[in-house]
Amino acid sequence: MRWLLLKDLTILRRSPLLVALLVIYPIAVALLIGFALSRGPGKPTIALVNEIPKQHRSFDVAGSRLNAEEYLPELLKSVNVIRARNRAQARRLVRDGKVLGALILPADITQKLETGTEQPTIDVLYNGEDAVKQRYIESIIRARMAEANVALSRRFQEATAGYLRLLLDGGTLSVLGRDVDILGLRNAHAITTGAIAALPPGSPLRTSLDQVARFGQIAIDNLGRSRDVLRSVGQPVRVRQTIVGGRRTPLDTFAAAISVTVSLMFLTVLLAAGLLALEREEHAFSRLVRGLVTRLGLLAEKISLAALCAFAVSLVMLLALGGFFIELDWGRFPQWLAALAAGAVAFAALGVAIGGLAREVRAASLLAFLLSLPIAFLALVPSGAVSAGLYDVVRFVSALFPFKPTLQALDAALNGVGGLPAALAHLAALAVVYTLLARLAVGRRFG
Amino acid sequence: MPTSVATQRATPAALAAAGLTKRYGERVALREVGFEAAPGELVAVIGPNGAGKTTLLSILAGIQQPDAGEVTRSAREIGWVPQQPAVYSKLSVAENLRLFARLEKVADPDAVVARMLEQTGLAERAGDELGTLSGGNRQRVNIAVGLLAEPPVLLLDEPSSSLDPRQRARLWAFVGEQAARGTAVIFSTHDVQEAERYADRVLVLADGELLFTGSAAELAATVEPSALGGGAAVGPHDFETAFVQFLRSRGH
Repeated sequence: MRWLLLKDLTILRRSPLLVALLVIYPIAVALLIGFALSRGPGKPTIALVNEIPKQHRSFDVAGSRLNAEEYLPELLKSVNVIRARNRAQARRLVRDGKVLGALILPADITQKLETGTEQPTIDVLYNGEDAVKQRYIESIIRARMAEANVALSRRFQEATAGYLRLLLDGGTLSVLGRDVDILGLRNAHAITTGAIAALPPGSPLRTSLDQVARFGQIAIDNLGRSRDVLRSVGQPVRVRQTIVGGRRTPLDTFAAAISVTVSLMFLTVLLAAGLLALEREEHAFSRLVRGLVTRLGLLAEKISLAALCAFAVSLVMLLALGGFFIELDWGRFPQWLAALAAGAVAFAALGVAIGGLAREVRAASLLAFLLSLPIAFLALVPSGAVSAGLYDVVRFVSALFPFKPTLQALDAALNGVGGLPAALAHLAALAVVYTLLARLAVGRRFG
Repeated sequence: MPTSVATQRATPAALAAAGLTKRYGERVALREVGFEAAPGELVAVIGPNGAGKTTLLSILAGIQQPDAGEVTRSAREIGWVPQQPAVYSKLSVAENLRLFARLEKVADPDAVVARMLEQTGLAERAGDELGTLSGGNRQRVNIAVGLLAEPPVLLLDEPSSSLDPRQRARLWAFVGEQAARGTAVIFSTHDVQEAERYADRVLVLADGELLFTGSAAELAATVEPSALGGGAAVGPHDFETAFVQFLRSRGH
């Protein structure tokens, strides 16, 4: 086997273009996938038309001074904004595809808000050229508008609560520039109670004043809870987040695990399939297996070489990711090695099973590529994205290939979330099964 | 080039096969084929397409197992030269020879490689990648690999099929040298004139059945002269005609 390994290494060394493609392509694809997963979509551009006259951009809400533009910086975090002069220009920008949407703040928005009774309307124009970005903009604008509504609602609540407090405890209210003293329910109740006590027993006024005092007490009791009631009206449901199972993988680290797994898969499967198919293409297989080496020995040699090369490349990739891009727990380095090694061997076994079916390197590479992509996509289908029955099928199919267990093993190794031994055992079983399938394939095809 | 068959047949057989039968499902590819090859003898296996030539050589080479019958030598004792050069185009001539010499576990791989380079006349091109060589030179390396372990028997599956006449002549000269050293050479070919010219003995296979074993002249003698166009002597083209007539006379 040693001489065959050296032979294959020599052939690889003399095929720099092939090796470069085998190494660079999977890494490039993996990095792109990882980048896309960890970064999300880029900032789309929208147009903003602010029709509110400058003198009306600040407005009073229950005695507080607000500025309509104070909410814009939040919006700018998620999208690039182009200021349009008017609605016509905004519509043109959207229609010509210069922007994906336009947000129009109408002139009367602040006046309506000031009334506290009229509901202003904001217009949003969309360009549907890119469905993904359109959906993204829709969700961004909805989210920001919801935030603005919540903020305004909070201001209204605070103002209302102030009025209620004044009504309850009394104080000073400014009306048309004049301060007016408000007695307040508590003071009124105290005065009423005092007056009742001062009345002679059997006074006909006592019954009437008792009714006023009871009403005052009921009003005090209920208005005292008004702040809580207002808070619950403004935010009827509060969200408490809990991660079930004590597992929380940071998105960046998970993206790194996916990147490395994709890279490992492509490199190992393509290399193993290609190396085995090369023996067929060079017509050397029958010469080798007629006593020079056993079929199983030849498969073991291809698996070893492909797994070794892919392991080395993936490890370098992981070290680079950990060294320059993301935070990794270097204390778990031995687990990284175990996950990478097990994944590489399982992928290599899959590769020789594919290589055993093909007569030429090109056919083997194409077959390996065509099979690898759906395997990866299937393994990344999240629960809830499809029906429960279909998800069970997806999980079953994913378990038949090494991508998902390799991803689980790497995730466990990188994040220490447990499940590494089970994933390694799964990969070992797959390696054995695919090696046996490859043995059957070379026995049938090459025999 | 043909040596005395009578002399060779007096010596023990380098290879003997008896009752070889191979079936692919219902189809019988080889039916109880048996023959012997003496040391230094050149034996040609000829026959129409689908006759079972490659199946016979594959069984002799140990690549396929027969359903019945036996071969006196193991695959490791037989040099095998497949039709297509079974060598690595990205390795040099010497690297190919060294690799297979090591896999054959020969005692001194470097010495064997040097000897084969000398015998094939490729010493000057030892460092050239195989992919840069002509088809003829590649085939010489292919044969050299089959001879690395100095096997007493060499099997060649249509060795000259992809060569031009000049390369073919050099190939047969090389093969003749091996036979002269005592190696029994069994080759299959579609070219019956090549068989007549270079083989000491021909085996005629048709539909998996061994129809004839003997020299080319003996085969031609089995056909009525009138069937050959009435000529007195059997010329180069006449052997092909005789072969065709022979097959027809046997219902093929």
